[in-house]
Amino acid sequence: MSTANHEIDALIRQKYKHGFVTELESESLPPGLNEDVIRAISAKKGEPEWMLEWRLEAYRHWLEMPEPEWAHVHYPRIDYQDIVYYAAPKSKKDAPKSLEEVDPKLLETYEKLGIPLEERAALAGVAVDAVFDSVSVATTFKDKLGKLGIIFCSFSEAVREHPELVRRYLGSVVPQRDNFFAALNSAVFSDGSFVYVPRGVRCPMELSTYFRINAKSTGQFERTLIVADEGSYVSYLEGCTAPMRDENQLHAAVVELVALDDAEIKYSTVQNWYPGDEEGRGGIYNFVTKRGECRGRGAKISWTQVETGSAITWKYPSCILTGDDSVGEFYSVALTNNRQQADTGTKMVHIGRNTRSTIISKGISAGRGQNAYRGLVKVTKSAEGARNYTQCDSLLMGEKCGAHTFPYIEVKNPTAQVEHEATTSKISEDQLFYCLQRGISTEEAVTMIVNGFCKEVLKELPMEFAVEAQKLLGVSLEGAVG
Amino acid sequence: MLTIKNLTASINDKPILRGIDLEVRPGEVHAIMGPNGSGKSTLANVLAGREDYAVTGGEVSWQGRDLLALAPEERAREGIFLAFQYPVEIPGVSNVNLLKAALNAKLKHLGREELDAYDFLALVKERMKLVQMPEDFLYRAVNEGFSGGEKKRNEVLQMAVLEPLLGILDETDSGLDIDALKIVADGVNALRAPDRSFVVVTHYQRLLDYIVPDHVHVLAHGRIVKSGGKELALDLERRGYGWIAELERGAGDDARA
Ligand SMILES: Nc1ncnc2c1ncn2[C@@H]1O[C@H](COP(=O)(O)OP(=O)(O)OP(=O)(O)O)[C@@H](O)[C@H]1O
Ligand SMILES: [Mg+2]
Repeated sequence: MSTANHEIDALIRQKYKHGFVTELESESLPPGLNEDVIRAISAKKGEPEWMLEWRLEAYRHWLEMPEPEWAHVHYPRIDYQDIVYYAAPKSKKDAPKSLEEVDPKLLETYEKLGIPLEERAALAGVAVDAVFDSVSVATTFKDKLGKLGIIFCSFSEAVREHPELVRRYLGSVVPQRDNFFAALNSAVFSDGSFVYVPRGVRCPMELSTYFRINAKSTGQFERTLIVADEGSYVSYLEGCTAPMRDENQLHAAVVELVALDDAEIKYSTVQNWYPGDEEGRGGIYNFVTKRGECRGRGAKISWTQVETGSAITWKYPSCILTGDDSVGEFYSVALTNNRQQADTGTKMVHIGRNTRSTIISKGISAGRGQNAYRGLVKVTKSAEGARNYTQCDSLLMGEKCGAHTFPYIEVKNPTAQVEHEATTSKISEDQLFYCLQRGISTEEAVTMIVNGFCKEVLKELPMEFAVEAQKLLGVSLEGAVG
Repeated sequence: MLTIKNLTASINDKPILRGIDLEVRPGEVHAIMGPNGSGKSTLANVLAGREDYAVTGGEVSWQGRDLLALAPEERAREGIFLAFQYPVEIPGVSNVNLLKAALNAKLKHLGREELDAYDFLALVKERMKLVQMPEDFLYRAVNEGFSGGEKKRNEVLQMAVLEPLLGILDETDSGLDIDALKIVADGVNALRAPDRSFVVVTHYQRLLDYIVPDHVHVLAHGRIVKSGGKELALDLERRGYGWIAELERGAGDDARA
């Protein structure tokens, strides 16, 4: 990234730090889900007919689908008729009135992450009316992208302004009926981001949800679609290191990526949903469908994620390697502490010839955390010369946590090479004592050792994000040892 | 500066140190020798604060303070450094990171300003010359894939950067080739100062030709059974530990009397 871009980048981030979207007052729909609710959502957003039809179709599929169950994730049943599906502007009645009413632990975490004071209240969900004053910055930013022909806007705006692109690609990677949560999302999605990078264009900055105009809470059913046209490149950052408080327990997002010939998409996530208190109360359930398709020859998609939040995480960023010589990568750090449960992993589906995939998964369990990695590597008949390398490492801290690894490998082409390596280790007393003897505190030592364990993944993150992620891992592990 | 009085310690209820007395004054070098399993590393680890060992009796005062009441990291920041007999590998953590965290922790503890990246690197590179370590070792993971000798040199490098008041070297000479031995010894000698002391655990007189001790102690079965000047090391080299048994019996008699 050039210096100039870096400055813009910093400037935008700066602005983000000083303001939040003021919520618009407008009525919410009553809880419950039926076709009328979906019509109402679509109408409120001023959507065209085809969009409504698409939602309804998804809803009808959803009705027929059973809710999945997984062996390693436990949560109380969700009552889908008890959820408010159009809730963008939330009532502030129940929100804490001031920082005094917020869980002091949460505030302590903000402090440690170095989150500016004025931002803490908003993150903690305190009913504040902050003024969002980033129009000028955002405009500069949009201009710059616009000159290159890059579209980066909210999903609703894309439906209105670029219907031909949305129609062509929406649901082409994650179909409406893909799974229970994806179907639900397709029916009721609130908003999200849309990115289109035209042929041959290298997006000159990291795109982030931070920078989007009206980057206010997109609610529990977020929809993201990123399309990289031939020979283009884009790096997209999602998430935030600050633990976000949200009254919506259930989050079911869908992210679709499409990379055409020789295009590359790098999608990085640092996620830190509120995990709940030490007993797991109030934590977020995060069921996400993320999938990218390398549709063109020589395309490349890489997912990098650092997950430390939520009470429950269920997510499998995946790559469908359709184009010949295409490449899929998955780098993941999942950390569970206290009573958190994470069931994550990836799917790499090799369809094109000479397709390659790499999976590096690092699971860290502390407290009573349960961490499961589930990975599917599928090589279809057509995938002549496909290669996969999978490395799955687990780090245990304490006696009450667990790590579980479930690799599934399906190979239909004899020329494929699939390699799997797995390790489980503990932070050794020797390592810890070595650091202590050098004057380093237990907390810092643990952070260092854990970051060392995750190094291969962290180095895939864009610089600034990597630094935040390192801090985050440390903070999330506090009290896990000693 | 370090006074050990009748120190006893055990591991898993098995007594290892059975009454150690030792006085180390500023600027002195003490060599500790003794057969395998006699408790030399145990003593070093107890001084450094390793929790696996239970201190069952005795006192240790460090610059007038009760050393045993301090946490291991506090001891380190107060100037106690242990060069480990078996330095541990820490995958993914670069040497330079560890050094920086360690030095900053100490400076902070002393109420001094932390070094910025530039000054820190300058310091480290200068100290690397002392132990003739190539710069690329800075960016390698702590001890990972280091040869035995390289690990030992790395310990001395850390000591040179942290500038402790008491350096405890646990068999830092073992596994070194002749040239490396000389380099490590020169490194230690360069650090000698009127206010800095060393406790050097070794099996070999050879090291003591380079790092000349003020006192030599023989540890056997958890007790110091003989102390003397540097000539004691020569005696041991000639006679081995066979005659120690006798001394021990003597020491036992003394204790009973
Ligand atoms: N975890 C343990 N459980 C039981 N015994 C132990 C344990 N650790 C050390 N010991 C015993 O304590 C005694 C002293 O060990 P120590 O390592 O202090 O000896 P040393 O003098 O350093 O020997 P060397 O010259 O071989 O390094 C040995 O008999 C050893 O077996
Ligand atoms: Mg020893």
